[in-house]
Amino acid sequence: MNPAPDVLELRDLSIRYGATTAVDRVDVRVGRGEIVGVIGESGSGKSTIALAAQGLLPTAADVEASVLTVAGHDVLDFSERDWCAIRGKDTTMVFQEPMSALNPCQRIGRQIEEVLLLHGVSDRAGARTRALEVLRQVHMPDAERRLRYYPHQLSGGQRQRVVIAMALAARPSLIVADEPTTALDVTVQAQILQLLREARDATGAGVLFISHDLGVIGQVCDRVYVVYRGRVVESGPSHRVLTDPRHPYTTALLRSIPRPGVAPRTPLAVISPEDHLEDVAPVLEVAS
Amino acid sequence: MSAPLLAVHDVRQGFGHGTGRFTALDGVGLEVARGETLGLVGESGCGKSTLARAIMLMQRPDGGRIEFDGRDVTNLRGPALRRHRRRVQMVFQDPNDSLDPRFAVGRSIAEPLRAQRVPGSEIRRRVAEVLVEVGLSADVAGRAPHEFSGGQRQRIAIARAMVVRPEFLVLDEPTSALDVSVQAQILNLLVRLQDEHRLSYLFVSHDLAVVHHLAHRISVMRAGRIVETGPAPQLVAEPRHEYTRTLLAAVPHLPV
Repeated sequence: MNPAPDVLELRDLSIRYGATTAVDRVDVRVGRGEIVGVIGESGSGKSTIALAAQGLLPTAADVEASVLTVAGHDVLDFSERDWCAIRGKDTTMVFQEPMSALNPCQRIGRQIEEVLLLHGVSDRAGARTRALEVLRQVHMPDAERRLRYYPHQLSGGQRQRVVIAMALAARPSLIVADEPTTALDVTVQAQILQLLREARDATGAGVLFISHDLGVIGQVCDRVYVVYRGRVVESGPSHRVLTDPRHPYTTALLRSIPRPGVAPRTPLAVISPEDHLEDVAPVLEVAS
Repeated sequence: MSAPLLAVHDVRQGFGHGTGRFTALDGVGLEVARGETLGLVGESGCGKSTLARAIMLMQRPDGGRIEFDGRDVTNLRGPALRRHRRRVQMVFQDPNDSLDPRFAVGRSIAEPLRAQRVPGSEIRRRVAEVLVEVGLSADVAGRAPHEFSGGQRQRIAIARAMVVRPEFLVLDEPTSALDVSVQAQILNLLVRLQDEHRLSYLFVSHDLAVVHHLAHRISVMRAGRIVETGPAPQLVAEPRHEYTRTLLAAVPHLPV
């Protein structure tokens, strides 16, 4: 039996900006129905990986890879035109700041419909029906009325629900979520994480989930890649990686966070760039 | 417990007029002892930053009283207010807010001393001293803020607050903009400074784990009111108020 093909496969991916290497020989894959985390600190390259998976890298980026497959398409030699045909349809994105993903002057229903019309997924009537359907799917209270709302009439959590609804509208096989809950309060964050899990369960889409928050990754991801200075230093099932880290960077990262079990006010671990932990052999657990 | 260093009694603050009036602080009370950290947690819009500003006497509250070291300071003005400001300092979430990008960091750190009319020779000595104290080297005083990383800039902002040798620091989300490994360094620094100088902290944060690490006691705020206050370990282990339980349940926990 053939296993279902991956919805994202990046093999031997390197991304350079001039002399600076942002991503260094990285392998990342996301299977159907999987939520896969990429965790790292600022400048680690995690967002660069997310952008590469959406064909959104700036033109100055020098991309090299042996395999780049996104939602079933070989995108190695994709032009911007090719990307436009699949972006928003087969592969979609949820950003940190919902306001930057929404048009402030357009009703949200219209914005969801636009995704479907642009890609010719459905006609106007069909798009309207689908917009209401996905808005209900993301548990927007009073969805029918809210279709006519402008983004400023919604709370931050509701706006992020709209963005997720847009990401789900065309039934993509891959959703890339870049810090989707970082701008939200914890109680709202909990709801949005729950929503992403439901969406995955309902649609079977694979999710690449970018975050700096180990707690969030632990809660929502099946597997995780730990990136540090452009390299994947550790990968494996998220529960294993977070409870039994095997790479010194992952260990230090976990020890740098105040958490239950750490005596209050005792010194937290400090990671020094001079230790060059990115040079320690990576611990890569093959996905089952 | 001896008399608290800071006592806030029934502080009220509203914004706007008529039907659009919004109550940001609805009768808030708290106390912080010398050498103690009181953590203040709550979600956006709950009034925690408004309370921090009231304690800093940056915005005179509509009602209530703020006492410092046994004296009512709510309505201080002029030289008395300036003398009080030496004793209470603030560190903000974004260090760039307290550093002028065009000034060498030494000059930014020296500003509170100038406001206190400290002589020039002493200013230079104190700036060098405080830079070392926050884990930087004295010779960075001549550099511009953009030459430093986010974590180093927050150290500089802390140096600026510490240079007047305050007794009380209001820390408003001081690590929220930082990476966790950098946050760890700043938290370590704050614990050390507090232990060495017997400082009192009001530590404002939305991050319960961070507050739990640093605070002796925690107050939970919601909609302009403090709904629960208690010793940190107890409040986290046995929250009494329903909102505290909701908040704790929402925090994504690392698997153990």
